[in-house]
Amino acid sequence: MFPLNLILRNAFRHRLRTLLTITGLMIAVLAYGLLQTVVDAWYAGAAASSSTRLVTRSSISLAFFLPVSYSQRIRGVEGVKTVGHSNWFGGIYQEPKNFFPQFAVSDNYLDLYPEFVLPAEERSAWQRDRKGILVGRQLAEQYGFKVGDPLPLKGTIYSGTWEFTVRGIFDGSDASKVTRLAMFHWDYLNESVRKTSPRRADVAGVFIIGIDNIDSAAAIARNVDAQFANSLAETLTESEQAFQLSFVAMSDQIIAAIRAVSYVVIAIIMAVMANTMAMSARERISEYATLKALGFGPWFLALLIAGESLLISLIGGGIGMAITAPAAAAFKQAAGIFPIFAVSEDTMAAQAACALAVALVAAVVPAVRAARVRIVDGLRAIG
Amino acid sequence: MEELPGRKSEKTAATEALVKIRGLAKSYRRGDQVVPVLSDISLDIMPGDFTALMGPSGSGKSTLLNLIAGIDKPDSGELRVAGIDITALGESELADWRAANVGFIFQFYNLMPVLTAFENVELPLMLTGLSRSERRARVELTLDAVGLSDRLQHYPNELSGGQQQRVAIARAIVTDPTLLVADEPTGDLDRVSAADVLAMMQRLNAELGKTIIMVTHDANAAHAARKIIHLDKGEILAQPGDKGEILPEPPS
Repeated sequence: MFPLNLILRNAFRHRLRTLLTITGLMIAVLAYGLLQTVVDAWYAGAAASSSTRLVTRSSISLAFFLPVSYSQRIRGVEGVKTVGHSNWFGGIYQEPKNFFPQFAVSDNYLDLYPEFVLPAEERSAWQRDRKGILVGRQLAEQYGFKVGDPLPLKGTIYSGTWEFTVRGIFDGSDASKVTRLAMFHWDYLNESVRKTSPRRADVAGVFIIGIDNIDSAAAIARNVDAQFANSLAETLTESEQAFQLSFVAMSDQIIAAIRAVSYVVIAIIMAVMANTMAMSARERISEYATLKALGFGPWFLALLIAGESLLISLIGGGIGMAITAPAAAAFKQAAGIFPIFAVSEDTMAAQAACALAVALVAAVVPAVRAARVRIVDGLRAIG
Repeated sequence: MEELPGRKSEKTAATEALVKIRGLAKSYRRGDQVVPVLSDISLDIMPGDFTALMGPSGSGKSTLLNLIAGIDKPDSGELRVAGIDITALGESELADWRAANVGFIFQFYNLMPVLTAFENVELPLMLTGLSRSERRARVELTLDAVGLSDRLQHYPNELSGGQQQRVAIARAIVTDPTLLVADEPTGDLDRVSAADVLAMMQRLNAELGKTIIMVTHDANAAHAARKIIHLDKGEILAQPGDKGEILPEPPS
């Protein structure tokens, strides 16, 4: 109890200094948490991907299409249960900054994505309407879409203004599912393209393959690609997760930079904290010498300094951790670019570990110095 | 060494010296140079003595006090306190020995500013096995003895210099140590407070039989002691009495 009492009082001896250090720690831990959450958000799609789905695309690049007729041949590969296809539409809703993914999808597409939950009557309504579009709950909430609302999209890949009507709003089966996207009929797109640019018709961007047996996924992927080997449009089939990660890989350097910044933030606060502790310990060197003269051992002094450092980190880090989730929610709302932006348990554990590391690293040098101080030097009493 | 008239210790009859020093030497290193501070010091301090160490700056008086108190180590020589060769003790043993046997009084009081007078005096008792209630009783008794029973919850910055030094004295005696060491205990005090502190130290010596070794460069303060040892350039000077020197009258 006595050391705790002394630690507590020492920690708040210079209130302004301590409060500024706590504030710095709080901001650093918060920034670290948010930056890590940004990285997590980048990987959210891959994390939520299914192991019972494979994705087939052009082996050259995603920018190249595949003949939609491949669908039949893929369906014939052993182990394949369902095949759907989609095209990236890339339209603009009102303004370019209102970005969200839009896909032209085959009619059976939703069967491949049971995590998208759509009421049966809305699905029927969508199937009946050639120009019907389905929007995810996150997207609907962001722009206030309701069933029956018009949703015009200005094409970028496919020119012209495309008038859609919202026919259904699908939910994610759980909170981790990204529903910030829209889907409309591939047939509608294809018919329109056939009229304007026939050479770009009857193609799909990717095929989504539903499989039953996860263990045979690699073999199925190989067999699918073998079907189209040496053709004009060779394919690359991979797991959905690998497919998603290939997108993330395009942003590798950005993610690495974000990660680096998060570590730099912690390194900076570590230096600030170390400076605070060093200043405190230096100012109290005669007190430490007095305590030693009275019979307190070096470990007691080390405990005082480490305890003070831990206490400050605990308060600053604790507040930082506590406000990370609300700050992430506010960021998600304000920025609107990440459909999944939730602080994970891993991030919180990393925040706690960072605060602990800051406390211990900052305490090491002053604690060792205090423990080693010669009493006569500390007292400055050479007669 | 001089014994001041009329202040003979009741314990000088004891045959065994409390502090026994033989051939003690200490030097410091300053850059490449070795600066001798104490040379061949031999000295006996008897139980119940109140001894003043005097000398100009750099004479080695504080160094000698630090060695006796076990907060510094000599280069060579013998130093026994109550029969224990403290030069042979390791850091940890020495810390335990100091906690049990030495009370410190410093020039600038060296109180913990974040602790109250009560808590400052309680500090050395934290190293004992006393219960909380036992510690409380002892601290209150000691602070009462130094006339600060109404200042228990005051922080050092709420006390005058004289009061702070009295708290420091209470902290020094609360464990009932064998030896009290005081380094310029009146150096930072006005005349009235200094006289007050010296009178208190005299009472501790006379009434409780505490053995006190005090470093001072103030002749008036030194006269509160029973004996005065003069040092210069790291050596004990010939006894003032031997030289026929007349010491100033003790302060009234």
